[in-house]
Amino acid sequence: RDFNERCAQCSEVNWGLTDGGRFYCRSCHNVTERTREVVNTDFITNSRVQTISKGSRKQEKNDGGCEWYICEGFQLVLKKQAEALEALGVCPQMKDEVLCNFWRCFLQKSKQAYCQRPAAETVKALSVCESSTDVDSDPERPSLLHLLSLSESEGDLQTDCSFASSVSKVSESTSVYSGSIDGSLYLMKNQKEKLRMTMPMTLSFCYMALLWLREPITLSELLRFVVEGHIPYLNVFQHFPEKMKLCGLDLKIFCVESWPVYEEVFNKMHELAAFLDLPRFPDITDSCFLHPDMLCMKYLMEANLPDELHNWTCRVVKKIGIGEVDFLTLMPGNKSTRKVKYDVLAAAVIVVVLKLLFLLDDHYEWSLSEFAEERNKINTEGGPYFEFKKWYEVVKHSLDVKQKKLDEERAKYLWRCEKPLFYSVKKKSKVLKRRQTVVNLQNQFGKLSGSVRRAEKPNPSSFQLSWSEENTDGSCFHGHSLKGILQEKCGLLTTMNPDYWLCTVKLCNEKLCGHLAHYREVEFPQSYHFVLGLFSFLLRIQPSYIHDEVCMIEHKLFSKKLCKKLKYNAVLRK
Amino acid sequence: SSNEHKLNFKKSKEACLSYIQDALLQKQWERAAEFLTCYVESLEKDYSREHIGPSEMIWRIGTEILWHHSHSSMKEFNCFMEQMKTLGVKRYLKVCLEHVFHLLCNGQIDEAYQNLSLAESWRFGEQTAIQDKEMKLIQAYRGLLDYCSWSKQKNILLEHGEDVFSDLAVEQEMHGYFRKAAVNLKEIIKIPGVWDVFVKCYVDLLEFYGDHNEARQVLNEYAYNSKFPANPNAHVYLYQFLKRQGESKKSLISALKILHDIVPSHELMIDFNTMLQKSKKRKKRRLGLEVIFAALDYAGWKENAKAWSCLARQVKQIVISEKHLDWIKQEWNSRKDWWPAFHFSRYLAKRNWQEDKSLSYEKALVAGILLGKGCKYFKHVSHQGCKAQLKRFRMLKKFVNRHNPVYLRISG
Repeated sequence: RDFNERCAQCSEVNWGLTDGGRFYCRSCHNVTERTREVVNTDFITNSRVQTISKGSRKQEKNDGGCEWYICEGFQLVLKKQAEALEALGVCPQMKDEVLCNFWRCFLQKSKQAYCQRPAAETVKALSVCESSTDVDSDPERPSLLHLLSLSESEGDLQTDCSFASSVSKVSESTSVYSGSIDGSLYLMKNQKEKLRMTMPMTLSFCYMALLWLREPITLSELLRFVVEGHIPYLNVFQHFPEKMKLCGLDLKIFCVESWPVYEEVFNKMHELAAFLDLPRFPDITDSCFLHPDMLCMKYLMEANLPDELHNWTCRVVKKIGIGEVDFLTLMPGNKSTRKVKYDVLAAAVIVVVLKLLFLLDDHYEWSLSEFAEERNKINTEGGPYFEFKKWYEVVKHSLDVKQKKLDEERAKYLWRCEKPLFYSVKKKSKVLKRRQTVVNLQNQFGKLSGSVRRAEKPNPSSFQLSWSEENTDGSCFHGHSLKGILQEKCGLLTTMNPDYWLCTVKLCNEKLCGHLAHYREVEFPQSYHFVLGLFSFLLRIQPSYIHDEVCMIEHKLFSKKLCKKLKYNAVLRK
Repeated sequence: SSNEHKLNFKKSKEACLSYIQDALLQKQWERAAEFLTCYVESLEKDYSREHIGPSEMIWRIGTEILWHHSHSSMKEFNCFMEQMKTLGVKRYLKVCLEHVFHLLCNGQIDEAYQNLSLAESWRFGEQTAIQDKEMKLIQAYRGLLDYCSWSKQKNILLEHGEDVFSDLAVEQEMHGYFRKAAVNLKEIIKIPGVWDVFVKCYVDLLEFYGDHNEARQVLNEYAYNSKFPANPNAHVYLYQFLKRQGESKKSLISALKILHDIVPSHELMIDFNTMLQKSKKRKKRRLGLEVIFAALDYAGWKENAKAWSCLARQVKQIVISEKHLDWIKQEWNSRKDWWPAFHFSRYLAKRNWQEDKSLSYEKALVAGILLGKGCKYFKHVSHQGCKAQLKRFRMLKKFVNRHNPVYLRISG
């Protein structure tokens, strides 16, 4: 500023400072040898200063921070998440081999996105990640004239920052305020590459790795662990090292303010698998946890339903072929097959079985229940017959209690953490002051909250509802018998219930309207709603997704009859 | 089951607010505090597009909780209010004012005065001009407190009586408070609004120092300036002042006229009717009848013996003179469908007789004239009265019997 000499090249007096502390002419970008004696931190962190692309990556900034790339940040996130999963019991292979390799593969495939350097510079191999035992070879050199290409905004990252301008030249970059080097470039719209890394995608990576290893964690469980805080996601940037300063546009990338949605994580995972050109995943056989037979067993237990129902779920699974290895195993890039949601599928199978046995039309199941009740009163020897009514009452009660608790927890959720976030250094003091006010108020009113303590993080548990056979109050239905509702015909055990109602006669086109069927509360029996609601709670997804799977299963199960009916209809119309 | 599987910051805080609201409505202060603790981090997020931002929410909710919570002290309350003042500069004066109200409710007059003085001296760029109205209020309330001090000093003086020397200091102080109070009170009542308390105090001051002209002007402005919202009290204050000043009936009547229009059931309607009945002008007497009928339309007056006696007197007077029976007819026309059940049922006859003989007497007279001697109310009361050998009831019976044809003319 106090440098008044004319520029050697263009004779202008319009100076700025590079990060190296050298003066450069803003008009023609001529860098001088003159350096500024005293480096003023304020000047460097002034967001309006234009800086030329930095030289060596290792150069320390004056505020104690270092230069870092966005993907390094994501790498740290993934590392933390993998460690958390390991602590939950997942095999160490996941972190050290599978996830790491997926990530490196991703970086390789998408590397062109991070090219902002002239040809002379290469993108260095990532060395920040300490966990990787075998350092891979350098990713391929980026091509010089590749334009910066970043994926389009997913919609969850709001790019309303008015100062993110489009960059057309590679040689010059206007670095907008961000702690990372490429924060601003990262958020810009992109035509070429479709997969830009986001926070929800970190979970897609995790899930993909878990699936590869066939670990016994479903996607709904994974997401539940995230919400319960066992897997870092919200505020994970707290664990970034001190020197990785996070501010400005970095916040838009790393700070999440919403929970990941099942569909989004699921779909992204499949996109990712295809993008990475992965081969067929390891087979999901009937001894795997993710196989419907196994998951049904788990969900039946959790839903407090009789073990005997398991025979029926297996029968349905077998009949419609959803237990086949080829059906269950993921083949990336194969667009013709419907992607399997293991957990939703298993829940839907149980729903179908319940419909088969109990009809669930708001009448039949209750009369069956009365019948069982009578029998149980008279005959107390032998195991009790399963009474739908009693089961409903017990489960509904527990469900209501848990749902109420969950609703309150959601309302009490704390989203912020101690580490302050600010868009620009100008706002730093204001942000810190605000934070102090918040903490004061939290203390003041926390004391007035009475004896209520903030609930400790619940221990991670695979089961949200548990029922014990040791309870003498008869609230556990695992051992109850289905005898009252079954009969023998031609040596085969079949249902007393002769009827079945289809959720929908015709399936929608999923690609067009997003769903196979449309779940509107008014049209279905209350018992059906209840059962969907139960699994909706357990899996933490909308009932409509389970409804879709139920429709799909029904159509497979009754395909012959449906074909006949459609043919019949066609004949009639003629 | 809940549809809120998609949870984000905003929805989470909205849910939190509704839990707070429920807790407040059920006076569960601890629970409200618990959820408020979770809500406060909203301050760190930008809500500039919302109508009511989190800082205002927190101020209002926090005030409620701290005010009612059993473990909360005045010290904590004050500390909280100071924090709230710094949170929103656009609301600064409002928060100050509400804080003062709370202090006053808690009897901390001196602290309230200090806060008001402090707030008065606040300056903040263009905000000072924007928050001009609040500033005027603050000054007005300080004026009010000055008036209270003046009043106290005045009472001390009055008690001491003759001792001149020791009272000099008190008197000086008193005049000092008067000046301070008058300046601020005068200012606020210039602005259209409802300022009952300020007006009353200001008028009190003016009257004490003998400035009756100013007082009259102030009260007229307050009552008649169309810019001010319609306020029955304005007319009441004016009327009371005029009465104190010994004004003519004419001006007293005109002061009450509008009050009758705005609040026909006002307690001053009795005075109003009494004045109107005695008037020599026909129009005024007619108005008097209208006024008393209108007052008795209201349930609160049903058992007011004085009101009934006003109506009875006027009705009797009209009947005897045989002039202006059409007045009664006009008034009765819109009431004959519902007044019988409302005032003159058999049940009421019995009850009124038991509880208040004078009331039943007056009502019976009115009933007898309006509904004839055959009406249940009159019959029951007069019968009871004659049985009890009360002279006036006998007279009543005679009177109504004699004038029964009147009823026919009225009802026909």
